[in-house]
Amino acid sequence: MSTINETRPADALRAGDRQADEHASATKPLGGIAGWMDDRLGGAKGVSFLAKKVFPDHWSFMLGEIAMYSMIVCLLTGAFLTFWFVPSASQVVYDGSYVPLQGVTMSDAYRSTLGISFDIRGGLLIRQIHHWAALIFVVSVFVHMARVFFTGAFRKPREINWVFGTILSLLACIEGFAGYSLPDDLLSGTGIRAMNGFIQSAPVIGSYMSYFIFGGAFPGEAIIPRLYSAHVLLIPAILVGLFTAHILLVFLHKHTQFPGPGRTNKNVVGYPLLPVYIAKAGGFFFIVFGVIALISAVVTINPIWAYGPYDPSPITAGSQPDWYMGFADGALRLLPGFLEFETFGFTWSMNIFPGSLVLLPLMWTIIGVYPFVEAWVTGDKREHHLLDRPRNAPTRTAIGIAGISMYVVLFLAAGNDLMAIKLHLSINDITQTLRVLFFVAPPVAFWITKRICLSLQRADRQKVLHGRETGTIWRHADGRFEEIHAPLTPDERWALVQHESHQPLELTAGKDVNGVDSPVARKERLRAKFSNFYFRDRVPPATPSELEAAHHEHDAHAAAPEGGHEAIEPAGASQERETIKADKQPG
Amino acid sequence: MNALAARRRHPAAIAVLLLLGLLVTGGAYSFLAPKDANASAPTAAADDVAHGKDLFIANCATCHGVGAQGTKSGPSLVGVGAASVDFQVGTGRMPLAGPNVQAPQNKVKFDDAQISALAAYVASLAPGPAIPEEKYTTVIEPGTPENNKAIAEGGQIFRVNCAMCHNFAGAGGALTRGKYAPALDGTTPKHIYEAMVTGPQSMPVFNDMNLTPEAKQKVISYLKAQENETNVGGLTLGNLGPVSEGLFAWVFALGILIGCAVWLGKKAA
Repeated sequence: MSTINETRPADALRAGDRQADEHASATKPLGGIAGWMDDRLGGAKGVSFLAKKVFPDHWSFMLGEIAMYSMIVCLLTGAFLTFWFVPSASQVVYDGSYVPLQGVTMSDAYRSTLGISFDIRGGLLIRQIHHWAALIFVVSVFVHMARVFFTGAFRKPREINWVFGTILSLLACIEGFAGYSLPDDLLSGTGIRAMNGFIQSAPVIGSYMSYFIFGGAFPGEAIIPRLYSAHVLLIPAILVGLFTAHILLVFLHKHTQFPGPGRTNKNVVGYPLLPVYIAKAGGFFFIVFGVIALISAVVTINPIWAYGPYDPSPITAGSQPDWYMGFADGALRLLPGFLEFETFGFTWSMNIFPGSLVLLPLMWTIIGVYPFVEAWVTGDKREHHLLDRPRNAPTRTAIGIAGISMYVVLFLAAGNDLMAIKLHLSINDITQTLRVLFFVAPPVAFWITKRICLSLQRADRQKVLHGRETGTIWRHADGRFEEIHAPLTPDERWALVQHESHQPLELTAGKDVNGVDSPVARKERLRAKFSNFYFRDRVPPATPSELEAAHHEHDAHAAAPEGGHEAIEPAGASQERETIKADKQPG
Repeated sequence: MNALAARRRHPAAIAVLLLLGLLVTGGAYSFLAPKDANASAPTAAADDVAHGKDLFIANCATCHGVGAQGTKSGPSLVGVGAASVDFQVGTGRMPLAGPNVQAPQNKVKFDDAQISALAAYVASLAPGPAIPEEKYTTVIEPGTPENNKAIAEGGQIFRVNCAMCHNFAGAGGALTRGKYAPALDGTTPKHIYEAMVTGPQSMPVFNDMNLTPEAKQKVISYLKAQENETNVGGLTLGNLGPVSEGLFAWVFALGILIGCAVWLGKKAA
């Protein structure tokens, strides 16, 4: 007997409803396995949203992909390495197959890393893939960051994602540091020793912090297991979580695109994720993995067996961190020793502290807040989905290059000893030169970059107004020469004229009609100053009327009768002068 | 000529021109560079010391003085011993080509007989470290357990005493004001031993009191064992540590990957 009471009168009322339900399930767009899955997970809507996402095509948009894929390679190979690595500082005697270390007492961490390198099948290759992928990961993160910066992709609505990216890049560096500190070879132990020094350089609390982190005096037995937890668990978890948020925000905001015909702030011109980008991006993963594997198969990285086990007394010449920590090492090499002093029984290690504990947070804070500073200066509250060409934002580009030049000076300083021996120079001279360059290079780089950007803008303007130089010189019947300029197609022209040209903010009166100081006047004055700094030098894009005028002139020029020398020379000269005037006029 | 004019705006024209310029300059230099004058004495004399003295006066006395007592431009060689002469002249560091912060390794200017004559003459001036006995400069070959142990000990001695200047793999390192610790690969066991005993240039002396001859032999054996090891990881990038690895990652790895990205970005959907 059925439990359903079929005689309930109210059922009659629902009869139509059930039919509607049946109708809905019958007309579901998905059948088969996909439909079965959707009935249980309800993912169809989200998946189709993602699959239809359109991405624009440009090689520079794939830099972040390189970072993503090399991170995945790190995760995969890292899992493999954990099967054999023993994160322990307990002392053992090596009896593996690497002859020059047989019978040497060393930590279990080092012994197991030697085991991975010499006695586990494929272990050395996986270790090298892991380390090369890590270097390439951080390289591509930085290059991706530079792309986003110089194209202005960090502007509204993407500021939060820029901050996420900033944190990700810092975490990537810390993750790398924790990783290369693990094998407990001579070099990595030296790195931990340096870290200990960094911590101790903190005024007053330094030595306490060092005892806290090392669980006692350096080196102790605690640091390797602690770094291991951080390296395989804590930081990767944050890294992957934040990275997922980073990617989701890209989907949410839609990808930015370079300006071009038909591309606006409201659309994205490109191809959908499915099937085009799934294929392209999926294929690119294998390309990245393949390139990393190839490099790892032919080029040694971190030959831990040659360094020997860590022991606090020896050190090797050319002790450097992996490249992404190089700039901090370089800062330490540049900081003069006389900055250290003592007061009240405390040592103030100002010869180390600024380069060790201040530099990293400071640098990443400056990077993180930049979008907000620029937004405040420009007062621009609009959304931007079209990228800037770097030349069209000369001051931003110049600031970026100035910052990079500062970074590069520190970075080079970390290799001062190797530069000295390979270039046959004095390490003292190199260090002094870099000290000067640290202060001189950024302003010079700023000025040069800005000038180059402005010149490129002028060149664009010339190109728009007078066409592309063909390199073909015509000699007219009357003896004058002329270079033939080919006009641009509208598509080509659009890319050169579409950008907006900011003008410096005008300072509104600081006093109201009654002569009372406006409360916001001071802040506004500062803002006007910054705005002036950003946009004082500007080359406005050619306007349609200017284009019209230029065409007119060309026509007149071409149609000029055989007026002889005098008639033509002034015409050319005046045209030249007018162009210059157009460049210089304020608005 | 017409074909050339048509091609001169080709994008590769600048690269080709530069390459041509470099080739011509380099080629011209290799033809015109000053050649070494070969002026060494032709015969070996019967009396080593006397012959050594002749050689010394002809080749070394300008800086080291006629009696090897030293001048303003060169130190006294009284008491430096035969080992020092054998090292300095045998590795081509002496005679010095020109004043420098440090004598660079150079082409060896004398043959073995002449070097031993010079060494005999300098050794005759005052007692000093002699050329090491062959049993200490014989490399201990890996294979047996005790030999392997000796090599591993040599490694420990090397890391504690030598690696801070010569680098973990003996690839060399920088010292102050343009001085440097040279790379050790390719140096003969005898010369390594002599360097330890005599402490040339900025190097400290490791006498038999602080490193026994057996310990020195172990260090040499370790260096040679490391040199003879197959590079299991592939190219070593000069064994210079993370700097060359970082350079490789930025130039080659990033270069290849961006190349791939550009290629893929150009592919039609």
